[in-house]
Amino acid sequence: MNATTKLAVTFVVMAMVGCAMGPSKEETAAKASAMLKTSFKANGQAGLDRLDQDETQRVCSALDGNAPSKEVAERIEKLNLATIKDPADGKFLGDWKNGEKIAQEGRGKQFSDDPAGPVGANCYACHQLAPQELSYGTIGPSLYQFAKLRGYGVDTQRYAYGKIYNPDAYAACSNMPRFGHNGILTEQQIKDVTALLMDPASPVNK
Amino acid sequence: MADPMKIRANVTGDTTEVKVLMSHEMETGQRKDAQGKTIPAWFIQSVTATWNGNTVLAAQWGPAVSKNPFLSFKFKGGAKGDKVLITWVDNRGDKRTDEATIA
Amino acid sequence: MRTFVAPGMGTLLGAALLATALGGAAVAPALLAQSSAVDEIAKYRAALQDGNPAELWEARGEGIWKQKRGPKQASLEQCDLGLGPGVVKGAYAQLPRNFADADRVMDLETRLLWCMATLQGFSDADSRKQLFGNGNERKSDMEAIVAYVTSESRGVPMNVGLANPKAAEMYRIGERIFYFRGGPHDFGCVTCHGDDAKRIRLQDLPNLTTKEGAQKAYTTWPAYRVSQGELRSFQWRLYDCFRQQRFPELVFGSDASIALTMFLARNANGAPFDAPAIKR
Repeated sequence: MNATTKLAVTFVVMAMVGCAMGPSKEETAAKASAMLKTSFKANGQAGLDRLDQDETQRVCSALDGNAPSKEVAERIEKLNLATIKDPADGKFLGDWKNGEKIAQEGRGKQFSDDPAGPVGANCYACHQLAPQELSYGTIGPSLYQFAKLRGYGVDTQRYAYGKIYNPDAYAACSNMPRFGHNGILTEQQIKDVTALLMDPASPVNK
Repeated sequence: MADPMKIRANVTGDTTEVKVLMSHEMETGQRKDAQGKTIPAWFIQSVTATWNGNTVLAAQWGPAVSKNPFLSFKFKGGAKGDKVLITWVDNRGDKRTDEATIA
Repeated sequence: MRTFVAPGMGTLLGAALLATALGGAAVAPALLAQSSAVDEIAKYRAALQDGNPAELWEARGEGIWKQKRGPKQASLEQCDLGLGPGVVKGAYAQLPRNFADADRVMDLETRLLWCMATLQGFSDADSRKQLFGNGNERKSDMEAIVAYVTSESRGVPMNVGLANPKAAEMYRIGERIFYFRGGPHDFGCVTCHGDDAKRIRLQDLPNLTTKEGAQKAYTTWPAYRVSQGELRSFQWRLYDCFRQQRFPELVFGSDASIALTMFLARNANGAPFDAPAIKR
């Protein structure tokens, strides 16, 4: 068999071996992304562009629910930290009473929601906050006594604000939505929720 | 025309237990639709159960009873093969009667 | 430009340990009240078991299955759900599967749309008119047929096969979709269904990445949802999950819905099917 034929045979054999081993995860992921685009339709405020993934979503999707490696985590946290915009007036705390309303509000951004209607953070879906609220979720840790345990200083305020703005800045591939970076909550709303966590008068810290 | 009721009737000793599943909207008349208009009340107002022609249960219902109501009751009497009839009438005047054989 | 320097690690760790200790003791009264709330809901669920309104849908669905309908005035009694024309018993426990005549993998709902088109002559638009019921005056025939067909698999162990290459491919794609993070909230199925013993508010969440979780979850759909006042199918469950994930609208019977169903149904293999059930 001459060299060209040998090469051709090698390629055929390699292709066959490749088929036997099945498609790679990347190939399947590409198929999945393509399938999603033709399996959804735009409705209300939810357009098909919502299926376009940014770098963070793309990287985190490939982890199959496992924690990222140290290198990947550092990279994701760094690029998300860079997106955080501190409040214009330098004050991190808003009104905790409003913060509680935002924490209780589960609507916002769904195609069934009025785009002009209330948008909340739905904190209680995943977290315990004020002790009076028994109906809380456990997808995230309890935030009861948040500032009481960590301190009321401005560094902690900045951290809490930043965490709400972009949780992936502190925990790559976090389950928590990037409320500020993804445009879910306004700056004032994030300040109000920060106050719910950080204000000594908030029921969270009683 | 409403869906037929699902009725099960079983006798043990001298007591017959009857279980009825009814298909009905049971709208209270207090809910509002997305435009703010009140959704009109539409609920079962009376339920009667008879066994061999005798009334064994008569009930007056109101909007507190939930959608697709499930009713379970017992009466003294009944034998295998006897017929139990359940009738409901709602506030629109619609009615439905279904029967079951005691097992 | 923000640069954040964490407080000293020692302080943070100490604070975390303090948090666990204090958090436990301090919330004890609230926890007691809360666990009794969860218990009461469990009692409510137990009380619901008797008299499942799903039976009304099953009865209506059986009637629709046997009725001559559509331009061809034919019933669905020759519909092949994978075990041969008209064989309903046990069919749902083996779905989704590849169908040679359609040359694609189908779940129950897509197969029903297929049979309604090919056997009865319904247009796609007509068969999609009222897929999800909305009260007694806007009933869904599809949900009724699903209730009937699934009830005929009650007690049958889940047995979804992957020998067919198209089925295996759909499973792999379904798995990718399960882990797909997207939308303004960065949610994926995995966000809520990737861990044990979690709940949203007071609603327990099955861990769908484990066999046990997938079995418990998949074998109890379709279900009469008391809060909806309707019998809801698995297609509805996926549609409503994606709505709450802030995704656009999942198309009924779409490839993505079939792929995801394939992934979850196969993961439930071995468990006896136990639906139509009743849920809050």
